[in-house]
Amino acid sequence: MGLLSDPVRRRALARLVLRLNAPLCVLSYVAGIAWFLALVFPPLTQRTYMSENAMGSTMVEEQFAGGDRARAFARDFAAHRKKSGALPVAWLERTMRSVGLEVYTQSFSRKLPFPDETHERYMVSGTNVYGILRAPRAASTESLVLTVPCGSDSTNSQAVGLLLALAAHFRGQIYWAKDIVFLVTEHDLLGTEAWLEAYHDVNVTGMQSSPLQGRAGAIQAAVALELSSDVVTSLDVAVEGLNGQLPNLDLLNLFQTFCQKGGLLCTLQGKPEDWTSLDGPLQGLQTLLLMVLRQASGRPHGSHGLFLRYRVEALTLRGINSFRQYKYDLVAVGKALEGMFRKLNHLLERLHQSFFLYLLPGLSRFVSIGLYMPAVGFLLLVLGLKALELWMQLHEAGMGLEEPGGAPGPSVPLPPSQGVGLASLVAPLLISQAMGLALYVLPVLGQHVATQHFPVAEAEAVVLTLLAIYAAGLALPHNTHRVVSTQAPDRGWMALKLVALIYLALQLGCIALTNFSLGFLLATTMVPTAALAKPHGPRTLYAALLVLTSPAATLLGSLFLWRELQEAPLSLAEGWQLFLAALAQGVLEHHTYGALLFPLLSLGLYPCWLLFWNVLFWK
Amino acid sequence: MAAPLVLVLVVAVTVRAALFRSSLAEFISERVEVVSPLSSWKRVVEGLSLLDLGVSPYSGAVFHETPLIIYLFHFLIDYAELVFMITDALTAIALYFAIQDFNKVVFKKQKLLLELDQYAPDVAELIRTPMEMRYIPLKVALFYLLNPYTILSCVAKSTCAINNTLIAFFILTTIKGSAFLSAIFLALATYQSLYPLTLFVPGLLYLLQTRHINPNSAAAVHTCENEEQSLLDLFLGVCHDVCGKPSGNHLPLLLPSQLLGFHPRSLWLYINVFFYTIPLAIKLKEHPIFFMFIQIAVIAIFKSYPTVGDVALYMAFFPVWNHLYRFLRNIFVLTCIIIVCSLLFPVLWHLWIYAGSANSNFFYAITLTFNVGQILLISDYFYAFLRREYYLTHGLYLTAKDGTEAMLVLK
Repeated sequence: MGLLSDPVRRRALARLVLRLNAPLCVLSYVAGIAWFLALVFPPLTQRTYMSENAMGSTMVEEQFAGGDRARAFARDFAAHRKKSGALPVAWLERTMRSVGLEVYTQSFSRKLPFPDETHERYMVSGTNVYGILRAPRAASTESLVLTVPCGSDSTNSQAVGLLLALAAHFRGQIYWAKDIVFLVTEHDLLGTEAWLEAYHDVNVTGMQSSPLQGRAGAIQAAVALELSSDVVTSLDVAVEGLNGQLPNLDLLNLFQTFCQKGGLLCTLQGKPEDWTSLDGPLQGLQTLLLMVLRQASGRPHGSHGLFLRYRVEALTLRGINSFRQYKYDLVAVGKALEGMFRKLNHLLERLHQSFFLYLLPGLSRFVSIGLYMPAVGFLLLVLGLKALELWMQLHEAGMGLEEPGGAPGPSVPLPPSQGVGLASLVAPLLISQAMGLALYVLPVLGQHVATQHFPVAEAEAVVLTLLAIYAAGLALPHNTHRVVSTQAPDRGWMALKLVALIYLALQLGCIALTNFSLGFLLATTMVPTAALAKPHGPRTLYAALLVLTSPAATLLGSLFLWRELQEAPLSLAEGWQLFLAALAQGVLEHHTYGALLFPLLSLGLYPCWLLFWNVLFWK
Repeated sequence: MAAPLVLVLVVAVTVRAALFRSSLAEFISERVEVVSPLSSWKRVVEGLSLLDLGVSPYSGAVFHETPLIIYLFHFLIDYAELVFMITDALTAIALYFAIQDFNKVVFKKQKLLLELDQYAPDVAELIRTPMEMRYIPLKVALFYLLNPYTILSCVAKSTCAINNTLIAFFILTTIKGSAFLSAIFLALATYQSLYPLTLFVPGLLYLLQTRHINPNSAAAVHTCENEEQSLLDLFLGVCHDVCGKPSGNHLPLLLPSQLLGFHPRSLWLYINVFFYTIPLAIKLKEHPIFFMFIQIAVIAIFKSYPTVGDVALYMAFFPVWNHLYRFLRNIFVLTCIIIVCSLLFPVLWHLWIYAGSANSNFFYAITLTFNVGQILLISDYFYAFLRREYYLTHGLYLTAKDGTEAMLVLK
């Protein structure tokens, strides 16, 4: 309490904050970035370890030997799929039944808000097929899911083949204590979403689907498989789910254990890890950055991403067939899956022992939440320091004297200090929030109007409207305060900046808690210019900086960084095309799966950013 | 002056009505910050249906409301939304008139002290003027009605709003000087949640000081005490008869609503409410209404199963202490803490309950921070009040013995 009531120490602290504000801010920002970069080095990153007892000590012997069978199933499936041009539902039903599963189908349909040009779909209707292997040793209260998402192209046939061969093998075993659901979905993630919604009997995205005829209890874990070749050189694992949610780290540990046991090469973000070499940490940083970018995008990177919302721990395995020398056949992949399912079968309770919030610089290393949060904490501290400085300046200007003992200057007896400041804030706040709302609502709502009046397709119309409203926001609000004229113009922008700083800090804090990567990425770009923005000094420079760090520019920059890290750099034109596609995908994913990135940016961060723009052009 | 009040009421009712019609209402009524097991509307409905089925609502462990509430809503269930809007409006009106009268009293007292030359010579800038006091009652009503916490609480149909109304009427009747009515409202409020019992002390102090009760006779205190006690007994008795329970002691009836506080973990917090009453009574015996404000805040902070509705009640009093603003030290930091915590509640709740990625400790850490913020805010107000009083009598520009400027240190 000393700090709060002792005036001497308070004044010393206040002086420190006021005088050393700029160096402290710079220091704090640098500390935040440095902390993040340091995350790949050993004291901050730790080796992963299995926390779940039920999966740790028990040994499992894999007996799967159905490689030929899997390939045969895959060939048949591919042939039937080619013939019918869609998912061969009847064939799948027949085959699943022949290997001894309880088979059900589910049909679904969904009209997308506007045509999806990347996947070339608009009015989607399809059928999911799933077979349940009833556990001989327990009532159907818990289950595991193995799922293969099938898109419109002819990929993933081998995955379906392996799924069927595994089902046939699993059917012959007596040790299952959890039902196993083998799920093949049409239209990849849309089908998965339809199935999950029907399974949990909710409707969150406006999907029309037939109710499920068969269920298998609470799903404990799910594995999604994507495999398009008879042999693989490595298995890539994707963990990032919808809105940046991650599965329990134990599931990933489990996968890694079996990869090591079977000698399979497994990769994360397409990168094998090698901590022994000298540039190990550098490679770790690359992987970490790729994970941050992926998690920040909030898209489900594989159909496992949708399971996470229903508190089902899930990950996606992708078979990669590249130019490496050692190839593995389907038996090796099948054995890894068999091992994972047998260990998951041992679970006595939900996976909860290990971490849910982590970052991965490699498959065998992780950073826990307590160690990465300071990075974003330091960045947010900059906003806090700036806000504190502004408050003190405002307070001193308005009050005349804060400490009656301190500086008894010519004090104005309580001017309506807040009243003036607040009245001039209402208009910019309302206008920028309204712009945000327009950005959120208008593009999808107005697409038909746009297509009637301009020679564009619906998807283009949505993206172009987005960009137009975004740019219009820059021109609109910065004249409002002249209408509500204030006596002290300096106080006006300071109050507005104070509010904007707190608003930004609040949003970034909340975002960083739910999706660290997004929070950190936005904080890195938005914080410095937010701290700098003021209507004096080199305004054009500030304006350029502000535009460069706006949410949309951050998205564009992230795309370039993303491809750079993947060692497939983009040209400017390609980057722009990708940016437009990403905008459309962002809006679509919000409407189809409930991804929150689009509303967050349009309703939260964009208006907040406009406030800073407003501060910059206050005069 | 009534026109702006009506305008505020209209705006407040519009906002509430719009929210009742929106899809947010259901979401809000499930929020753990807004409703507790003691004040949840869902549980009132549950109790009502049990009653309709001829089962005692108290036979299960779900219903914790008082019998009077359930009988009230037995008749008003179809107009529940209206009832909650009206209770909010009544609270605001009661506070409006209470503060209007209180300001008159304060001004009269100040004038008296000025005439008696009790104040130091250089405190002119601390003296309150009718101009600045003019809009305070309106601001109080505004703070209560348009406070997001009150709106949330109303939209969730938390019965906490009814308790707030009773306390507001207790304050109004106390300030108006009606000992009997104030005893009735205090008894009703206490009957609902026990904690307002502590408001008896400031209420009594106020009545004694404004000479509505003859302070010379100690019997007067007794009378007042007895009156309240007997009224409380009366209400409990009425409930018994209404419930058709066998007569006897009141304990079984009170069990559900009051023993919930005796959760082992919250035991010391529960008693905490009562710890402060006597020290505060000694320190603030000259300022019963400020005492009442602090005590209401203490109740909101330390009661078991607190909700934002309780917080809203004491927040409505902030405009009354506008003149303390210059003495508040940490108002900015504390306001930020309270806003941050209010926003983090749903985020961490989501992470804990829906995403499953964070655990309960995250959420409880935030409730703790929220309470620490409130405690610091209240102590800030308390200290500012004491400081102003000190300056009023000793002069604003104090010098130490060696001629330098002195400063006040709270130790």
